[in-house]
Amino acid sequence: MPDSTSTGKNGTYQRTISALVHDKPGVLARIASLFRRRGFNIASLAVGRSEKSGMSRMTFVVEGPDEVVRHVAAQLDRLIDVVEVHDITEQNIVWRELALIKVAAPATSRGEVLELTNVYRANVIDIGVESLTLEISGGRQKIDSLIELLKKFGLLEVIRTGRVATLRGTLIEGEDDGLFQAEASASTYILPTPTSGSGSV
Amino acid sequence: MSKHLSGSEIVCEALLNEGVSVVFGIPGGAILPLYGVLSKYSDLRHILCRHEQGAAHAADGYARSTGTVGVAFATSGPGATNLVTGLATAMMDSVPMVAITGQVGRAAIGTDAFQEADITGATMPITKHNYLVMRADDLGATIHEAFHIARTGRPGPVLIDIPKDVFMEMGDYDPDAPIDLPGYKVPGKADEAQVELAAKLINESERPVILAGHGIVLSRSYDELRELAEKAQIPVVTTLLGISSFPEDHVLSTGFPGMHGMAYASLAIDQADLIINFGSRFDDRIVGDAQRFSTGSKKIHVDIDPAEINKSIHVEAPVVGNIKDVFAQLLPQVKKNTHFEWRQHVEHLKAEHPSLRIPESDHLMGQHVVKALSDVTKGDAIITTGVGQHQMWAAQHYQFKNANSWLSSGGAGTMGYEVPSAIGAQVGNPDKLVWSICGDGGFQMTMMELATAAENNLPVKYAILNNNHLGMITQWQTFFYDGDYQAETYTRNPDFVKLAEAYGIKGIRVRTQDELEAAIKEANTHDGPVVVDFVIEKVDDLYPMIPVGQSVQELIEDPN
Repeated sequence: MPDSTSTGKNGTYQRTISALVHDKPGVLARIASLFRRRGFNIASLAVGRSEKSGMSRMTFVVEGPDEVVRHVAAQLDRLIDVVEVHDITEQNIVWRELALIKVAAPATSRGEVLELTNVYRANVIDIGVESLTLEISGGRQKIDSLIELLKKFGLLEVIRTGRVATLRGTLIEGEDDGLFQAEASASTYILPTPTSGSGSV
Repeated sequence: MSKHLSGSEIVCEALLNEGVSVVFGIPGGAILPLYGVLSKYSDLRHILCRHEQGAAHAADGYARSTGTVGVAFATSGPGATNLVTGLATAMMDSVPMVAITGQVGRAAIGTDAFQEADITGATMPITKHNYLVMRADDLGATIHEAFHIARTGRPGPVLIDIPKDVFMEMGDYDPDAPIDLPGYKVPGKADEAQVELAAKLINESERPVILAGHGIVLSRSYDELRELAEKAQIPVVTTLLGISSFPEDHVLSTGFPGMHGMAYASLAIDQADLIINFGSRFDDRIVGDAQRFSTGSKKIHVDIDPAEINKSIHVEAPVVGNIKDVFAQLLPQVKKNTHFEWRQHVEHLKAEHPSLRIPESDHLMGQHVVKALSDVTKGDAIITTGVGQHQMWAAQHYQFKNANSWLSSGGAGTMGYEVPSAIGAQVGNPDKLVWSICGDGGFQMTMMELATAAENNLPVKYAILNNNHLGMITQWQTFFYDGDYQAETYTRNPDFVKLAEAYGIKGIRVRTQDELEAAIKEANTHDGPVVVDFVIEKVDDLYPMIPVGQSVQELIEDPN
């Protein structure tokens, strides 16, 4: 099962939806109202200005029973302020999430933290006497994995964004079943999921 | 060419440019500037209602019965919130409406000012779209956009909230400015491949049934429906809101299915090998248990709203488009057929499960009243109903002769819809006979609108099926709550004849079957509104019945 449609708790499914919406007051409330009313649960949401003036692009990850979440895109499309909506879950997409992680890093452990930072291609964006703040972007599992590994040093603060996603510019050869092979692209980053408190890279 | 006008004038001119001739409403502080210019626009007839819910239902009845957009005015705060039930009713049944509400002045918005309510926030889930207009310059374009949204695609209500000072501000109005709604798609023709698959399934089917929903009425596709049914000899089952979209005396007419529909209609759907659904959303009152709904059939679902496809029932052949356009694509591809054996079987079902037997009783029953209304009016009246037993008796026993002559709150199930919607229907159809079939419960929810009928001398005939009970509640407490009757009896109903007379309306009381015909004729010929108090049998269960969430296997036919 690709990461983007992974089965959640109690047989719920996740779907990734990309929507182009009017950038004006109340639009987010309309969308939130629709999600609440239809029983869709938002796992993550990212909103920002798009390349078109007066329009924002939203990327949702929604959770729920499969037959329910499959209707999310159709229901969103009924909203007048939603200009375009695509359920890109099963399409050929690239996506990223971003996290800022403030981790305790006194001199004794700083070297080890920096080593992890390099392996994960994260960036150090702030250095304090007793802490480092790291920036990492990538798939959810990559970020989960780094956070898991940093736990033993003492996580001071973790701030994560929602997922942003876009269709790829090119199709992967040979994928004629229309299903996006999330693992294929994500495997570049995905590390073995830690089973206990610490994992090995 | 652009005009420089006050916000109020822009509203009136834009309404007139949309072809509006009647508005239902009640004034109040925040909307008074709009009422202040009405005298300059004599082509806009304003009907003063007694409650904003009544104004909304009247606009709804006007819209359904004329096929145009109904318009309601209300003031801010409680005026606007009183519209909510009317908007929800229109939303559930896809009725084109525009509601214009006053709002407190711009500077006071968000301060909990006197008579302030966040009506755009409140009505978000029960309108197709809504607006808060903050500049007079935007009013004209917003109103034209609102009408476009209300009447196109799957119709629905649109609310426009206008702050008091925006009515008074001067602004520019260009009636010819194009509507700019990127992303708002109005489906027309369907994808040809979808239509071809539908035609193939129809041509291959041996036991097809057409399920004709409200979409047939909304798209005015009565002739096309009949052509398809006759060409391939397919039995037609209508939904509750599809009633009157197919002639009920036609040999292919097979009633309406579901919770209180005809047993033969539910059985035909259950035994079919193909269901051809035109503009019905497979409502839970038809489907019951979705896992056991017509398991032996393939389904074609023609709908203008793609979000309805596979929402409750999985279909093999979705066809997204305007039903009228889809018929034009589909009809030439459907082959003539007789479906002789299947039709014989359906006729057999009709004979075996008559479903509509009127109880043998010396007492006056609700069914007797509806049957007499049907006979005396020859099926020629526009009928409105609320929700409950009276609604189902009306649906079962009135033989509708004319298309779109049945106005009932189907989706929302709004008690009290029947009284004001009849006023709207009469205003929109001054030369037609309008009978509002009411329960004594629903009637008392909106009976203040009798004053509106009297004031405008609208000759609406109100038939109260009066059993001093919430009949459907009584029945459910009998069936599902072990006869533990609670809050089901009205021990102090008013004298409805005297009540009518208090409003200056003719009142007639009918207690026996013998009096029915004369009373109905008297009401029909009276030049003005009439209230007929039909005192019917106290408790009478409604059959057939499929309990909630069950299937046709649990169908209960009349045990008597």
